[in-house]
Amino acid sequence: MRPDPAARHVIYDFGSTMALLDVLNLQKRFRSTMAVQDVSFSVETGSCFGLLGPNGAGKTTTMEIIEQIIPPSGGTILYKGGQRDQLFREEIGIQFQHTSLLNFLSVRETLDCYRALYRTQADLAELIERCDLTPLLERRNNQLSGGQRQRLMLALSLLNRPQLVFLDEPSTGLDPQSRRHLWQIVQDIKAGGTTIMMTTHSMEEAQFLCDMIAIMDQGLIVAEGSPRRLITTYCKTNTITLSHASTAGCLETLSMPYSVDGGSVAIHTEDVDTTLKELLSCGVNLSEMAVHSANLEDVFLHLTGKKLRD
Amino acid sequence: MNPRRIWIMFLARNKEFFRDRAAFGWNFAFPFLVIIGFGVIFSDQNTQKFTVGVFPETSVAVETATTTVSDAFLQTNAIKLVPIATRAEGLDKIRLHKIDLLIDSTADTPTYWLNSDSPNGAIVEQLYLASLRAKNAVPTNRHVIDGEQVRYVDWFFPGIMAMNMMFSALWGVGYIIVRYRKNGALKRLKATPLTAFEYLSSQLLSRIFLLMFTFGVVWFGCDLIFDFRMQGSLALFLFTFFLGGLSLCSIGLLLAARGTSEEFASGALNFISWPMMFLSEVWFSLEGAPQWVQQVSWLLPLTHLLKAARKVMNEGAGLVDIQLECGLMILTSVLFLTCAARLFSWNE
Repeated sequence: MRPDPAARHVIYDFGSTMALLDVLNLQKRFRSTMAVQDVSFSVETGSCFGLLGPNGAGKTTTMEIIEQIIPPSGGTILYKGGQRDQLFREEIGIQFQHTSLLNFLSVRETLDCYRALYRTQADLAELIERCDLTPLLERRNNQLSGGQRQRLMLALSLLNRPQLVFLDEPSTGLDPQSRRHLWQIVQDIKAGGTTIMMTTHSMEEAQFLCDMIAIMDQGLIVAEGSPRRLITTYCKTNTITLSHASTAGCLETLSMPYSVDGGSVAIHTEDVDTTLKELLSCGVNLSEMAVHSANLEDVFLHLTGKKLRD
Repeated sequence: MNPRRIWIMFLARNKEFFRDRAAFGWNFAFPFLVIIGFGVIFSDQNTQKFTVGVFPETSVAVETATTTVSDAFLQTNAIKLVPIATRAEGLDKIRLHKIDLLIDSTADTPTYWLNSDSPNGAIVEQLYLASLRAKNAVPTNRHVIDGEQVRYVDWFFPGIMAMNMMFSALWGVGYIIVRYRKNGALKRLKATPLTAFEYLSSQLLSRIFLLMFTFGVVWFGCDLIFDFRMQGSLALFLFTFFLGGLSLCSIGLLLAARGTSEEFASGALNFISWPMMFLSEVWFSLEGAPQWVQQVSWLLPLTHLLKAARKVMNEGAGLVDIQLECGLMILTSVLFLTCAARLFSWNE
C-alpha cells in the first residue's frame, strides 16, 4: 500500500529560524519508477536534519539531488534562499554511502589532495586529531579497515570547513565504539555551527543526533518533525510488561487494554503513573516489571509498516 | 578554470601510476621486450626470407659441397638452407609450410618439391630454376642503392613505440576513468569544486607526461643496444609523439566520457585499438593494399603519427615536411577533446 501524501504531518519544535536549505516539490523519475515524489522540507541553519526510511524509500536519491550529484526531474532547491551556484560546492561537505578513493595514495596525501581543491581550508592537524587519523596517515587508502575508511571519508567531508555537511548513512558497518566516536564528531561539528543533513537506518542515531526528522517511504515524506514530537504524536502508548502470575485476579479490573502472551502480560497505557497506581492498589508485585517507552523505531514501524523492503 | 586544481589532480594521477608497480613495470617492459625481440629476429644476420630444405642431410648445416644445388642459388642472401634427414620428413615440412622448397641433393637430375598453396614456394622455385639456367643467363646491369640503408629496427622502432603509446593512451585514460566512475571515485571528486574540464585536463596532461617519460626511457635503453639511426631532428621526433599521444589520449577520453561498464569499455577500446594496430603500418607497409584499406588507414590518428615519426627518423624530414600529419593530429585532438568534455559524466 502506498503512503498517502495527504496524511503527512509536519510538526515543528522550534520557532522560525532562517532556512539554509529549502527543498520544494522535488521529483525524480528513473524510467517508469518515481523515486522521489513532491518532496518538500527545509533545513534550518545550525540544525541536524535526518532523512529516515526503509531501503528504497528515496533518501539517498533525495540527498544526491540536493548535493548536485544527480539532476532532479522536477522541483526547486534553494540554498541560502537562492539557486545553488559554484559557491555551493565550496561550502558543502559530502560523505557518500558508496564511494572510492585513489588507491595508491596515502591517507595524508588524500587529505592534502582533496583539501587543496577548496578555497577555504580546515586546519588539517585539528581535523586529523578530531577524526583520530594520526596513526593512519602514512597508510594507503586500500589498506584501511571499514571503520578507518569511514573516519577518513568523514574527514574529507570536513576539509573545507563546510557550512552544510551531508552524511549518507555514516555509521553503516561501524562497531559500537566507532559509532559512538562518529556521533561525538557529528555533535562537535554541529556545536561549531555547521548544519548537518543525514540519512540513517539507525533510529538510535537519529534520535541522538537529529533536531528534525523526515520519514520517507516510497518516495514520499510521510511524517516530519522533531524526534520527541514524532514519538508523542504517533506512539503515545507505553507498554508495561509483567509476569502473568503476578497479575492474578487483577487484570479484569484494569481500565486500560492489555494482551497476554504466554507467561507475560503487556499493558498498554499513555499514563504510566496512573496505571502503576492501579496495579499497586490491586496488590500486583512489580519487582519483575519492565516499562517500554515508545521510541523512534516504534514511530518508524508505525508509519512504514513491518513488511520487508528490498 | 583553476590551474591549481589541475596541477593537484595531475600529481595525484602520476603518483598512482608510479606506485602501481605492476602497471608501471609493464609500461616499460612491453615495448622494450618487443623491440629487443624483433631486433634480434630481424637483425642483419637473419634476413633470409625463404627457407629451403635439403635432404638427405644429417649435419647441423647443409654441406653445400655435396649437394647438387648450384652455387648461384646458394649465394642468394634471401635463401636459408636447412638440413633434412629424409624425404618423408621434408614432405611433411613442405605440407605444413615450415619450409618453402625441398630439394633432393642426391638426384642426378635436379629434383624438388613445393606446396602449391605457398606464395613463397612459387617465388623460391623461380629462384631455383633461374640458378639452374645460370649458364645461359643474359648479361644484366645490377645496381645497389647508395648511402646508409634504413635498417629494419630503425623502421620498426617508431611503430612499436606508437603502438605502445596507443595502448597506454587508450587504456590508461579510457579504462581508468570508467573504473573510477564505476567505483565512485569520480563521484567523490564531483562533490568538490573540481570541474569536468579541470579533471579531464589533468588526466590528459598526466598521461601525456607519463607517455613521454616512458618513451624517453625506452628510447634511451634501446638506443644503447641498437644505436638507432636518426636522420632528422630528435626534438621533432619527440614532438610528433607528443602530438600523437595527445590525439590518442583524446580518443581515450571520448570513449570514457560515459558509461560504468568496464566490459563495455574494454570492448570499445579493443574495437578502436586493433584496427589501428593493423591499418596504421605498425607492423607492415600498406603499399599495394586496396585503395579502401588505405583510405580507412588515413582516418586513423596512429597512421599520421607513424608517417610523421618515420619521415623524421628514416628520411630526415623537417617540420614543413610533416605539417599535414601534425595538423591532422592537432585537429583530431581538438575534435575528440571537445566531444569528450561535452559528453563527460561523473557518475553515469
